[in-house]
Amino acid sequence: MAQMSLVQAINSALDTELDHDPNVLVFGEDVGYFGGVFRATDGLQKKYGSARVFDTPIAEGGIIAAAIGMGVNGLRPVAEIQFADYIYPAYDQIVSELSRLRYRSAGEFTAPVTIRTPCGGGIRGGQTHSQSPEAIFVHVPGLKVVMPSNPYDAKGLLISAIEDNDPVIFFEPKRLYGGPFFGDHQATSQSWRGHPKGEVPDGRYTVPIGKAEIVRPGNALTILAYGTMVHVALAAVERLGVDAEVIDLKTLLPYDMDTIASSVTRTGRCVVVHEAPRTGGFGAELIAEIQEECFWSLEAPIVRVTGYDTPYPHAHEWEYFPGQGRIIEAINRVLGN
Amino acid sequence: MYQIEAIDRNPIFHDSPYNQGVYRFHPIGKGCGASMKTARRFVPPTPPHGRFQLPDAPRRPGERPDFSALKLQPAGAANKPAIDVDPMDIHDLAFGLIRVLDDEGQAVGPWAAKLSVDTLRQGLRLMTLLRIYDERMNALQRQGKLSFYMKAAGEEAVAIAQTMALRASDMIFPSYRQQGALIARGRELVDMMCHCLSNARDNLKGRQLPIHYSWKEGNFFGVSGNVATQFCQAVGWAMAAAYKDTDDVAISWLGDGSSATLDFHHAMTFAANYNAPVILNVVNNQWAISSHQNIAGGARTTFAARAIGYGIPGLRVDGNDFLALYAATEWAAARARAGHGPTLIEAFTYRAGDHSTSDDASRYRPKDEAAAWPLGDPLKRLKDHLIGRGAWSEEDHLRLESELKESVAKAYKEAISYGTLHEGPWSPVKTMFEDVYEDMPRHLRRQRQAHGV
Repeated sequence: MAQMSLVQAINSALDTELDHDPNVLVFGEDVGYFGGVFRATDGLQKKYGSARVFDTPIAEGGIIAAAIGMGVNGLRPVAEIQFADYIYPAYDQIVSELSRLRYRSAGEFTAPVTIRTPCGGGIRGGQTHSQSPEAIFVHVPGLKVVMPSNPYDAKGLLISAIEDNDPVIFFEPKRLYGGPFFGDHQATSQSWRGHPKGEVPDGRYTVPIGKAEIVRPGNALTILAYGTMVHVALAAVERLGVDAEVIDLKTLLPYDMDTIASSVTRTGRCVVVHEAPRTGGFGAELIAEIQEECFWSLEAPIVRVTGYDTPYPHAHEWEYFPGQGRIIEAINRVLGN
Repeated sequence: MYQIEAIDRNPIFHDSPYNQGVYRFHPIGKGCGASMKTARRFVPPTPPHGRFQLPDAPRRPGERPDFSALKLQPAGAANKPAIDVDPMDIHDLAFGLIRVLDDEGQAVGPWAAKLSVDTLRQGLRLMTLLRIYDERMNALQRQGKLSFYMKAAGEEAVAIAQTMALRASDMIFPSYRQQGALIARGRELVDMMCHCLSNARDNLKGRQLPIHYSWKEGNFFGVSGNVATQFCQAVGWAMAAAYKDTDDVAISWLGDGSSATLDFHHAMTFAANYNAPVILNVVNNQWAISSHQNIAGGARTTFAARAIGYGIPGLRVDGNDFLALYAATEWAAARARAGHGPTLIEAFTYRAGDHSTSDDASRYRPKDEAAAWPLGDPLKRLKDHLIGRGAWSEEDHLRLESELKESVAKAYKEAISYGTLHEGPWSPVKTMFEDVYEDMPRHLRRQRQAHGV
């Protein structure tokens, strides 16, 4: 066991997999010599050589296309898209090619590509360094979409993603790279030191894709969150002193409906929290499915707490960001307070 | 006119007698023949007129086909460099035209490979088979038996010669007009037809449009349907081949039209950067549906010349010349295998048929343009060459045609015994839910159950 930040856990997962399987290659913009703009690949080129950890041109579509070709030829590529905001030039390769390759070739060809990409706001990144585009990918059959909320899960899920034979989009909430974040930007930054999920095994272990985790058991209502918002939701619950059950979804596609449904059936009330915009967001999908499966157990309408339907602002970041206040408001509504 | 003056000032064009010479720009508002009828709609309401110009095809319906402006390098005139040549030293090959077969059907010049008569006869046989197969499948689409079809008419030599010049372990990343590669690799016609019929024996379980073949056993990557996406995937495959220290190469094709996509430039950048063992081909068949190659940038320079900006060899090859294509591909493959990296080949040819069965080319180009193509018909040219060498005869050819027609008809009869598009049987409906993932997740299982399968 070691104390690791989330970004160190990512680095450790890549290190573990590079060591474990010679078919694993790690590449992307600034990934090789420099070790990544967030240091996720720090030291890996030095350790494994430039044939296995290397820099690519600024061509996201080319990065993913090349990864697909490598995957077809037996490798297990791990491509980094420097910010989730930059993933759109690769959209065609991800959606039209990577996600459907197994299906369209009836299993003849597959490409076990993992795409790591930092997402989310709270870092004063403005509209091109803060987006949470997960819903766009959750809508694509054939992809798996993962977003961890802590170092332990980040490492275990990334190892699972790399070893998975299906393509995985692995979103890394960059606000959590250095420490948990509770939604209050004026509070002193915390590190992962001392956090139970900051204790990370040195070697190989996996956290399964497709499984959610109840991170705080409770009976009054269910709160569904993932990534950064898990911590914000937990803090809001503590502040309000309510007996909420908080579920960290971890995997958004395929999401763990069994865990969600059994919780909501028990509590009868639900709040869904995400940082991404509201309309057509992943919350809409969750709520639609919950009302179909749990309708007769529901005591109140399900409420969403989300980013607004605007591009991610710069100066007004903390107005936009769905912080504790908005979550508390939603909990009160759902509880009829 | 601004553009043409610019081309004249370009030293490469100025020095090369072999520029295509077919560029045609509309100077808007100044009158430019029949095509102004269309262009005039875009005339801006205020002066100055004539500054904004649009590329167009050299000839449109109602006009006489005319390729006299094409300045084609004579057969045998292009140099053949060593496979380890510095790409900087062979820029001329990107503007000229590698041709082996001259107008008399003789193989001439340094690119005339020492191919055995058997190999040439095999090439002729495969091209003839491809044409007969295409014609049969196209006719079946007309009869409503297939939903869609695309012929390779006029460009049969491209996939056949280029595939024959490679090893079976080399990986093919095709576009939608390289069914010739399957034929060259010996795929059963029945299997090809079963795919096109989407029947119970379709190896793709009825998931793809006809001609979107996939054949892993033959190292033939599945056709996507989105143009050009395969180009940089081929480069990734080649990078992996090099990483694994094998000497296999990848080959991919796209069209003059889709050379304008991001994927083309990604492929060129990655191939050049990582010195990938890949052969990238632009099949310049003059037409991307109704858009002439001029609209994709062909009016300015050759497609092969794009290689120059990436520092890799660019070969412009007569795409209707089996021997030239074979030799150029063999050269590029040998270069790649020896670790000297990628090559861009422009196969200069003509799409003799419609784009697809959903297209009618007579609406946008002169009806008899294919017949006027100065580089002839690839099949006839190889046939004439073999006849000239005393290795083939018209009688042999008639015999071959009738034999192949019979085998195509026989294959079709067998294929429909496994089902037809309209009446089935097809792959079981439950297979619609399979292969989305390696293991079916809960939500798909439930959707399948709700569908009752």
